[in-house]
Amino acid sequence: MTAYLIRRLIQSALIILFTSMVVFTAARFLPGDPALVYVSRDALVKASPQQLEAIRHEFGLDRPIPVQYIHWLGGVLKGDLGRSIFFRTSVRDEISKALPKTLYIGSIAFIISIVFGMPLGIIAAVRRGKWPDTVTTFLANLGITAPQFWVGILLVLVFSLYLGWLPIYGFVSPFDDLGESLQHVILPVVCLQLYPMAAVARQTRSAMLEVIRQDYIRTAWAKGLKERQIIIKHAVRNAIIPVITLIGMNVRNIFGGSVLIEKVFNIPGMGRLAVDALFSQDYAIVQGVILVTSAVVVFSNLIVDLSYGWIDPRIRQD
Amino acid sequence: MEKEIQESDLEFDEAPRRVSSWKRFRRVFFGRKVVIYGVVVISLLVITVIFTPLLAPYDPYTTNVRNILAPPSTAHWLGTDTLGRDILSRIIYGSRNALFIGLIAVGFAATAGMLLGLIAGYFGGIIGAVIMRIIDSIQSIPMIMFAVTIAAFLGGGLQNVVIALGIALIAPYARLMCGQVLSVKQNDYILRAKAIGASDFRIMFKHIVPNCFPPLIVLMTMQVGHAILSEASLSFLGIGIKPPAAAWGSMVSEGYQYLLRSPQLSIVPGLAIMIVVFAYNMAGDGLRDALDPKLRGTL
Amino acid sequence: MTVLLEVKNLKTQFNTEAGLVKAVDGISYEVYEQEIVGLVGESGCGKSVSQLSVMQLIPTPPGKIVEGEVLFEGKDLLKLPENGAEIRAIRGGKIAMIFQEPMTSLNPVMSINQQISEMMQIHQGLTASEARKRSIELLAEVGIPAAESRIDDYPHQFSGGMRQRVMIAMGLSCNPKLLIADEPTTALDVTTQAVLLELMKDMVERFNTALVIVTHNLGVVARYATRIYVMYAGRVVESGKTKDIFSQPLHPYTIGLLKCIPRLDEVRGRRLVPIKGLPPNLVRMPPRCAFFPRCPYRIDRCHKEPWPPLSRVRAEHDVSCFVHMEGKVSGLN
Repeated sequence: MTAYLIRRLIQSALIILFTSMVVFTAARFLPGDPALVYVSRDALVKASPQQLEAIRHEFGLDRPIPVQYIHWLGGVLKGDLGRSIFFRTSVRDEISKALPKTLYIGSIAFIISIVFGMPLGIIAAVRRGKWPDTVTTFLANLGITAPQFWVGILLVLVFSLYLGWLPIYGFVSPFDDLGESLQHVILPVVCLQLYPMAAVARQTRSAMLEVIRQDYIRTAWAKGLKERQIIIKHAVRNAIIPVITLIGMNVRNIFGGSVLIEKVFNIPGMGRLAVDALFSQDYAIVQGVILVTSAVVVFSNLIVDLSYGWIDPRIRQD
Repeated sequence: MEKEIQESDLEFDEAPRRVSSWKRFRRVFFGRKVVIYGVVVISLLVITVIFTPLLAPYDPYTTNVRNILAPPSTAHWLGTDTLGRDILSRIIYGSRNALFIGLIAVGFAATAGMLLGLIAGYFGGIIGAVIMRIIDSIQSIPMIMFAVTIAAFLGGGLQNVVIALGIALIAPYARLMCGQVLSVKQNDYILRAKAIGASDFRIMFKHIVPNCFPPLIVLMTMQVGHAILSEASLSFLGIGIKPPAAAWGSMVSEGYQYLLRSPQLSIVPGLAIMIVVFAYNMAGDGLRDALDPKLRGTL
Repeated sequence: MTVLLEVKNLKTQFNTEAGLVKAVDGISYEVYEQEIVGLVGESGCGKSVSQLSVMQLIPTPPGKIVEGEVLFEGKDLLKLPENGAEIRAIRGGKIAMIFQEPMTSLNPVMSINQQISEMMQIHQGLTASEARKRSIELLAEVGIPAAESRIDDYPHQFSGGMRQRVMIAMGLSCNPKLLIADEPTTALDVTTQAVLLELMKDMVERFNTALVIVTHNLGVVARYATRIYVMYAGRVVESGKTKDIFSQPLHPYTIGLLKCIPRLDEVRGRRLVPIKGLPPNLVRMPPRCAFFPRCPYRIDRCHKEPWPPLSRVRAEHDVSCFVHMEGKVSGLN
C-alpha cells in the first residue's frame, strides 16, 4: 500500500509538472510577444528598441526556453508565481484572495451533489421502471445538459427579480455575516451543483443496476435479508466504486462551472479572475490560476485513488 | 426394439426464433421515447441549418434602432434585441454555429485523440508515457478554463474556438484507444498476424480500430452535446463568437442586462442550447444501450 | 419419516425476447426429513429454476410462478406475501441454498465473518461477538485451516473450493431443516468435487438437515442421494430410489444418460452412446412428450397424445412414458 501511495504521489507531481510545462509553452507560443507575460501591451508599444531589449533581458526572454522554464519553475517552487500587470500585486496575492471564495461555494456544491445525488441514484435503480426512476432519470438528464450560466440567469430572474427573496449578486464572507453569506451563496450553489449532482445520480443508478444483477445479491436474498439491508449493506458498497471515480471528476467540473457561475453572480473567485485576466492579457495570472487549479484537481484525484483501496479490499493487495 | 433415429425426426422441434441483430438494435434504440425525441430534434436542427435563409423571417444582422427590445408580436415572434434585430432569426442563424462547431470540434478531437491513443498504446515505452501524461495534465485542467485559455491565446474568433474545443476534447478518445490497444495487444491474433509478417500499421488499423467503433460512436455523439455547451459557454464569456454574429451563448450574455425588461432575450437562446444538447445526449444514450448493453454505466 | 417439503405441480414461466419459456412445466416431488434427494437433468431442463421457485427467488419481471403449491412443514410458501417477514425467516433460517458459482456468489467487499455472522444475527438474534465465535467454529467444521485468522479475510483470498466450503458453512449456520445445493461442485475440479461432496454429506448428517442436490452429473447423485428425480424439459420424467434407477432405469432418457457414462463394472471397450439430437427449445413446446424426437423406443401414441403422466410402474419407482404404461417393456433393458 505504501509503495502504491508513493507511486501515485510521484505520478501526481509529474502531472502537475507537465501541466506547468503545457501552460508555460502555450503562453510562450502565443501570437504576439511573449513579453506580454511580464509587461503590459501599452508599455511594449511605447518602448523603444533598446528598452525592448532591456525588458527582454530582464525577464530572461532572450534565453532558451528550457532555461526560462527552469527559472520560472524555480520561482514557483519558492512560492513566487509572478506579478500581475494590472493589479500591481503578486499573482500569489490575487489567487489567495480568489481561491477561498471559489472553494467555499465549490465545496458546498460538491457536498450537496454527493449527499443528494447518490440516494437519488439508488432509489432510481431500486425502483427501476417506476415513477421514481423515470422522474429522477429525466431530471438527471436535464441536469447534465442544461447550460449552467443559463440556469443561473433563470434563477436570478425568478428568485431575485420576480420574487425578491434572494440578492442578485455579490459575495459576503461567512466569517463576516453567516446569514448574509448564505443568502448570497444559495443561488450560485444550486446552479453549480446541478451538473455534478445529475452526473452522480446517473452513475450511481447505472452502477446499482449492474450490482443488483450479480450473484452475490441473489445469495443475500437467499439468506433471508430484508431489501433495505441488501441494498445498503451489500449493494451500495459495491456500486460506490465507479461512482467515486466520477466524484473525483466532479472536482474538475466544479472548477469549470465556477468560471461561468462567477460571471453570472459576480463573485470574485478563481473563475472570474482567470477570465478577466485573459481579457486583459494578464498572462501571469492566467498561468498561476491554471497551475493552482490543476494542482487542486490532481490532489483530489489522488485522494480518490487512495480511497479505492479503502473501499475495495481486492485492490489493497496491490 | 430400438428404432434408428433419422435426422429428419429431429426437426420435429422448431429452432428458436432468431432475433436479428439489426432488429434488436432498432428495437432497443427506438425503444425509449426520449431517444426518439433526440433523433427528431437533431434532424430538425440539421434541417434548420440547411434551410436557414428560407426559415429565418429576417436578416439576423439588420438593426433597427426604432424597435429595440420589442416584446413578442406577430411581426417578431420572439421580439427584438437591444439593437432591434429579430431574435427568432438570430436563433435560427445561431443553429449553424451550434451544429458545425459541435461536429467539427468533435471530429477533430476524435481523429487526433484516436491517433494519439493508438501511438501511445501500440508503441508504449517513453512515447506512450509522455503522451498519456500530457493527456492527464490536460484533463486536470477544467475543460472550460482550458478552452477559454487556448482560445484567448490563439486570438478568439470562430476558428480558434473550434481548435481550442477540439484540443480540450481529445482526452477521452486517447484513453479509449490506448486502453483498447493495450488489451488487444495481448490477444493471440495479434501475435499471429505478426507471425505472418503483417506490418504494425496494418495490424493497428485492421484489427484494433474496428473493435473501438461502438464506444467511439457513443462517445462522439455525447461529446457533440458537450462541445455545443462549451461553445455556448465560451461565447457567453465573450470569447469566441462575438456579436454581431449570431451565437446562442453570446445572445444569453447580451440579454442578461435586460433580464427584467425582456427576459426572453436570455431565456430563449439558452432554451435552444438545452434542447439541442439534450437531444444529442439522449441519442448518445440510446446508441450506447443499443450497441452494447455492457457499456451501460461506463460512459 | 415425516415429509418436510412437498412440491405439487409447480409451473414457472419466463417472458423472453424469443417468447414464453415454460422453464418448469408442472413438477411434483417430496423431500423427507434428513434425507438426501437428487434432482438430475441436463442444462436448461428447469432444475435450478424449480429450486429458485421454491425459495421464491425468481426475478419477477421476466419470470413468474404461475401454478402450483410448495408445502413446507405444511405451509404453502407460494401463498406468503412476497419478500414478507415469513418467507424471509424461512430463507436462510429453515431452507438454505448454495449456488453453483463460488467465485461470484460471495460479496467481494465484505469479509467472511460479516457474511456468515449476519445470517445468525438476523435469524437467531446472536450478538456480533457471539456470531463471530460461531462463524469461526463453522469454518473449522467445514475444514478451513486456521479458521480464526481467516475469518476476517475477503472472498478473493480464498480458492474456489474454499469459497464453496464457506458457502456450505453459511448455509448451515442457522441449522436449517433443508439445504438446497444447486450444482455445488460443477465449477470445481474433480478432486475438489469429491472432497466437497463428502463434506456436504457429513455436515448434513451432523446437522440433521435434509439435502437436495441439483446436478447434471449422475455420478454425484449415485453415491450420495437416496432418491432421485430425473428431469427433462421442465418435467419430472422418472423418480425412484437411487439403486433402482441405476440398476433398472425405465425412462428412455435415463437409459440414454446411463449409456453415456463409463462404468467400472462393465466390459472394456464398450462404446459410449450419446443421446442423439439437442435439448428441446422450451418456447412453443408441442404438447406431446418432449423426449419424442430423440427417443429410440417411441411408439405411435408418443406423438399423438399429450405428455404422459407420471405413473407407478414398480415399487416406489415412477416414470412418465407410454411405452412403460403399455407394458411394452421387452425392448428396454
